Amino acid sequence: MPEVQIKDFIMNFGPQHPAAHGVLRLVLEMDGEVVDRADPHIGLLHRGTEKLIEYKTYLQAVPYFDRLDYVAPMCQEHAFALAVEKLLGLEAPPRAQYIRVLFAEITRLLNHLLNIATFGMDVGAITPFLWAFEQRELLMEFYERVSGARMHAAYFRPGGVHQDLPAGLTDDIHGFCERFPKVIDDIEVLLTENRIFKQRTVDIGGATAEEAIDWGFTGPMLRAAGVPWDLRKAQPYDVYEDMDFDIPVGKNGDCYDRYLVRIEEMRQSVKIIKQCLEKLPPGPIKVNDRKIAPPPRSEMKQSMEALIHHFKLYTEGYRVPAGETYTAVEAPKGEFGVYLVSDGGNMPYRCKIRGPSFAFLQATDFLARGHMLADVAAIIGAMDIVFGEIDR
Amino acid sequence: MVDLWQGYAWPGLVIVAQIFAILVPLLLTVAYLTYAERKVIAAMQMRKGPNVVGPFGLLQPVADGIKLLFKETVIPSGANRVVFIAAPVVTFVLSLIGWAVIPFDFGVVLSDINVGILYLFAISSLGVYGVIMAGWASNSKYAFLGALRSAAQMVSYEIAIGFVIITVLLCVGSLNLTDIVLAQKDLWFAIPLLPMFVIFFISALAETNRAPFDLPEAEAELVAGYSVEYSSLTFALFFLGEYANMILMSALTVILFLGGWLPPLDVAPFNWIPGPVWFAVKIAGLLFLFLWVRATFPRYRYDQLMRLGWKVFLPASLFWVVLTAGVLVATGWAPV
Repeated sequence: MPEVQIKDFIMNFGPQHPAAHGVLRLVLEMDGEVVDRADPHIGLLHRGTEKLIEYKTYLQAVPYFDRLDYVAPMCQEHAFALAVEKLLGLEAPPRAQYIRVLFAEITRLLNHLLNIATFGMDVGAITPFLWAFEQRELLMEFYERVSGARMHAAYFRPGGVHQDLPAGLTDDIHGFCERFPKVIDDIEVLLTENRIFKQRTVDIGGATAEEAIDWGFTGPMLRAAGVPWDLRKAQPYDVYEDMDFDIPVGKNGDCYDRYLVRIEEMRQSVKIIKQCLEKLPPGPIKVNDRKIAPPPRSEMKQSMEALIHHFKLYTEGYRVPAGETYTAVEAPKGEFGVYLVSDGGNMPYRCKIRGPSFAFLQATDFLARGHMLADVAAIIGAMDIVFGEIDR
Repeated sequence: MVDLWQGYAWPGLVIVAQIFAILVPLLLTVAYLTYAERKVIAAMQMRKGPNVVGPFGLLQPVADGIKLLFKETVIPSGANRVVFIAAPVVTFVLSLIGWAVIPFDFGVVLSDINVGILYLFAISSLGVYGVIMAGWASNSKYAFLGALRSAAQMVSYEIAIGFVIITVLLCVGSLNLTDIVLAQKDLWFAIPLLPMFVIFFISALAETNRAPFDLPEAEAELVAGYSVEYSSLTFALFFLGEYANMILMSALTVILFLGGWLPPLDVAPFNWIPGPVWFAVKIAGLLFLFLWVRATFPRYRYDQLMRLGWKVFLPASLFWVVLTAGVLVATGWAPV
């Protein structure tokens, strides 16, 4: 009898798939329901961001960062703003730093709410999704009030932020912080101790601390494995140093721990936001250097100097001294870094972007192998990947 | 000629009229069950649900039906056309013919056969064929995997359902559905057989492929499962079949455990309300549970669902069969 070669069942998971979180194409080789090999195909959302930035002034490059991980726009602007500031050798004024931290944490809430909601959806729980999205709506309203845009804010700029907070915004954010923990509790009631949810997530897609580091995990993916590494604590930027907050860590590094870490991070974010509101100092919101930050509009009506500065800044931009820097921030998903090289001109010579999701996605095969098809959805859900950032 | 009229044609017409008297309200109920589902789940998720078409969105099911009717029936080029078309028809027909033996009140039943419960059991078991045919004929991997899951799932949970039915039958001593209801005149079986009632309800969720057992159509991993290639009327038939099945399983639960058309207590205000109303109210209550569960729970994984069926429900129901039989024999309560 001739030997029969049994071929695996090959299934295309995406790119048009409800659980693929964007345009992930996953080619699964399956033995029945068990995944033998998971092969992620990327590039369907490639826009050439890094190359485009080389042909834009430093100010024009900011909006590209919104469009990387479009779930957490401001945190990426933060990394770019810090990188440019480092090359320019200046520091944003205190009020700007507090506003940035405030909105970076609002962004963290935005991101974690979306992730927990869609993760719930991936394992079949539909209700947390709608509850979380109602809260995201409120947070995007804060975005809109401060920058005029709900997602692609372009609010953090090298040298500070674009505008000061509008009147009444701090009170509304404070009110939100009072009500929001109750919503986290509600979502937890549906998921945290739910037996089916635990069966679907505990011991699924686990990575030990060592494996997590080897695969280049950062953020909640790394902390869930028990490594207390958070750039906000490890190498604080802006005013994170003055903030009192804890870094939650998991034990097993499985999908359930990742979920728990994110829930606790949301509570800590609320804590940071409250502290920012409390300590928010008065003062300027961008550096008082007319060669870097544009003059206020009122001044332009009176002063020829200001008008010239404005014109130069929005046409030619500013020149950044030659040099290079790798500046990273703790984006909600993990370490988001910008490697910026300047040749002294008004446009970056090179801008390499390190997105956390990219490192997560390369571990898909490692995490999913031997699990079942339904677990792949859970693993990808808990990974928290966004394709704007992976494909760039 | 007169004989032909009186012997065949007239009774035939009566039966057809009776069938319509059951089917038309049933299909209306199915239509409004979809509306109720959307409204109930919307309320649980703090949103409004359909509220644009007609007052309170009450015409939404009609709009949905018309939309499905006017869409194009797409048959994939790789599909087996005959089986592809037959599958939804099978599902739909099977979900309807079960109602032939359901008693809505004492004597109000289309066909009062003495093996009614076996007939229902057989019909619900056949339901899996529609799904398998759809999955196979679609010639699509998603649909195929969905159909395989569905088949395994329905077969597993039918065994538990079978044992639950046996415990009830032991207490009644008859396979006739009217007799089963009448045996609960003093005490609904849901009380002495509470664990069985729970097992039956959960198995009914699995049998009808509803959350948290909606693996065959798990949208997160299989997109839409076995019905992924279907559109227009063929999809509508699957959809109607699924919801009609939910109502049928609820009706069966009511008959087996909640006293059918009987009022909760046979005293003044309760027994003024006619039996069919009680029957409908109880079914509605169970259907609400179906929807509630869907809004609350995540979905089981395939192997977990199998484990629950084979390692928990099967031994538990088997144990209860033995226990019930033992108690009945020891106390002499067993029906003759």
